[in-house]
Amino acid sequence: MKSGNIMIVGVGGQGSLLASKLLGHLLLSQGYDVKVSEVHGMSQRGGSVVTYVRYGEKVYSPVIDKGEADFIVSFELLEAARWLPFLKKDGQIVTNTQQIDPMPVITGAAVYPENLVEKMQKSGAKVDALDCLQLAEKAGSAKAVNLVLLGRLSHYFDLPEQAWMTSIEAIVPAKFQEMNKKAFDLGKAAS
Amino acid sequence: MKQLMLGNKAVARGLYEAGVCFISSYPGTPSTEITEEAAKYDEIYCEWAPNEKVAMESAFGACLAGKRAFCGMKHVGLNVAADPLFTMSYTGVNAGLVIGVADDAGMHSSQNEQDSRHHAIAAKVPMLEPSDSAEAKEFAALAFELSEKYDTPVLLKMCTRVSHSQSVVEPGERTVPSKEYEKDIAKYVMMPGFAKKRHPIVEERTKALIEYAESAPVNRVEMGATELGIITDSTSYQYVKEVFGDSVSVLKLGMTNPLPVKLIKSFAEAVDRLVVVEELDPIIENHVRTLGIPVEGKNILPMIDEFSQSIVAKALGKEVPEGYSIEDAIPGRPPVMCAGCPHRGLFYTLKKNKCTVLGDIGCYTLGAVQPLAAIEMTLCMGASIGATHGFNKILGQKSEGKTVAVIGDSTFMHSGMTGLANVAYNQSNSTVIILDNSITGMTGHQQNPTTGYNIKGDPAGKIDLEALCRAMGFNRVRVVDPYNLKECDAVLKEELAAAEPSVIISRRPCALLKYVKHKAPLFVDTDKCIGCKSCMRIGCPAISIKDGKARVDATLCVGCGVCSQLCPTDSFKSSADK
Repeated sequence: MKSGNIMIVGVGGQGSLLASKLLGHLLLSQGYDVKVSEVHGMSQRGGSVVTYVRYGEKVYSPVIDKGEADFIVSFELLEAARWLPFLKKDGQIVTNTQQIDPMPVITGAAVYPENLVEKMQKSGAKVDALDCLQLAEKAGSAKAVNLVLLGRLSHYFDLPEQAWMTSIEAIVPAKFQEMNKKAFDLGKAAS
Repeated sequence: MKQLMLGNKAVARGLYEAGVCFISSYPGTPSTEITEEAAKYDEIYCEWAPNEKVAMESAFGACLAGKRAFCGMKHVGLNVAADPLFTMSYTGVNAGLVIGVADDAGMHSSQNEQDSRHHAIAAKVPMLEPSDSAEAKEFAALAFELSEKYDTPVLLKMCTRVSHSQSVVEPGERTVPSKEYEKDIAKYVMMPGFAKKRHPIVEERTKALIEYAESAPVNRVEMGATELGIITDSTSYQYVKEVFGDSVSVLKLGMTNPLPVKLIKSFAEAVDRLVVVEELDPIIENHVRTLGIPVEGKNILPMIDEFSQSIVAKALGKEVPEGYSIEDAIPGRPPVMCAGCPHRGLFYTLKKNKCTVLGDIGCYTLGAVQPLAAIEMTLCMGASIGATHGFNKILGQKSEGKTVAVIGDSTFMHSGMTGLANVAYNQSNSTVIILDNSITGMTGHQQNPTTGYNIKGDPAGKIDLEALCRAMGFNRVRVVDPYNLKECDAVLKEELAAAEPSVIISRRPCALLKYVKHKAPLFVDTDKCIGCKSCMRIGCPAISIKDGKARVDATLCVGCGVCSQLCPTDSFKSSADK
């Protein structure tokens, strides 16, 4: 049985909890043992947030350490770079290209690094970067960035499409399902 | 059916299955969801109490009345509730009583990283420590069995990684045991004569619990190779297993107070090298040492911060993988006050008036970070008022005209009222600002005695803050809208200048509350903007400078208009007027 480590990173309030919930449901439905570790409380207030999803025959630790992530799914470009040291050798980054300035950048105390996708690729990491916000808006809501990212992530998983759809149906409220499935498809089809 | 369940939700499920009928708690990360999830079961009466002490006393009353009861809190909450805990250890219980306490090693959302196991030892009550969600459910139920069998309250210790991790749980059925209340003055009235008779019972109980610990199923030996033996508990067990799998010998302690003696001795004898892997303080390690057994622990593992598999691996001489890196410095992304946060305007006013601000615990503690950096002290729930009183008593006129206490509505109800009583009674010329955002914000929107709603969102009693302050003897009680900077500034100046203590209530609901109607987002008229950055002084995440001009992120802006009151050129316009 395969095992894997997925990190979902972003900015507090971007909707990463739904993505981890959906992945947890999906992996459990495929017969894996699963652990999902979340961040609540103060760190959520616009801060850098990270969720760990781990699966395999038997999972012990709920967290992922440096050099251990098979996938880093990032809602924001700077956050992908922040967590880059956690990527396993030959691991895959799937990131939104959206940039959100953190407070030190807003106040001028720090600068937002340029060309992060290229720099991460130059470090040897495999980076799949796409404008998820644009695709989410095309699907019907800026809030569907999480499903665009998952759609993109599904490329790298040998799982039947139906399994993803079943989990979307189980986790996403009924009235948003069509829009979220569309976002998933747009992410999946993006190149 | 097996399902993924948050550790805290699994505790709630365990409480449900164990037939708990009463829960009283105070929210605190990472414990909050235990009570929120339990409140979804109609069979359990659940409430938010004003603080942990009241919650624990209420739960005690419920168990006395004959139904299994629970109260939940974070680690520092147990300090607040320590008073009833230590004496409940003497009285024992009637129906079972379990106290859930969640530690926060790593301080994800806390002011310290104290180790709650000390409380279990000091209060002489048993403590169970689950390592994942399945155990969280199982141990919650076991805690009630032990509570009733040994006539003691039981501590169920969670931690951030167990509380906020989801793992697989299989739900079971609910059964509701109950008892009759019987008057028993010698057991329940703890005055010296009766307490003296109860103390020996506590010591005998501890002996019986140690005997239980020797063979308790939750204290489990997993024998592997005998070159290395590890004693561990809580989430540390998971890191040990992650690193070593079944290759070393492990003694997993599910009950960490009282600790077994014979079990540890026989495990130590069976292995060549003995190491204790436990987060924070060396509690198990010190116990092993008092048994005269050579042991390692804090000589190779940190006493600070939470653990992970890498930390355990490195300490025990295993290699850890390396990831990728880039050369650029990655700017930090600290938490910030949300766009439209009502605290922002008030903190701007305090900074502008060069106030000395003694702060408190809540979202508004973020008033200490740049660029507002207004708060100069934060200690514990309610401390802002007591500290301001003491500060003013020493510095007198040098501080009275510029020092304020700031405290949120929920924190004020928790333990600010007694501080305010001291100001009223001992008459320091202090100015206290209650930041009333009509909710307990930081822990994720829980109701409190000032909001008018209970944990289920149904109408409840509502404490009138103005009337309360007046009843305490304050002649000067003012209410301001923190979105109105002029009003805030004028009222603050008046109250600081007043020759008697005063209370300012800064009132506006949290911008994240669902019922709050937002105005259209603002945008910047770039022809008018001169790039003076006056608007940047409030640290709003929706405003940035692009190409020398201010810019508003329309997806974040809620149109609060605080920035536009700072703009000398009137450059902020409402997108509704476009």
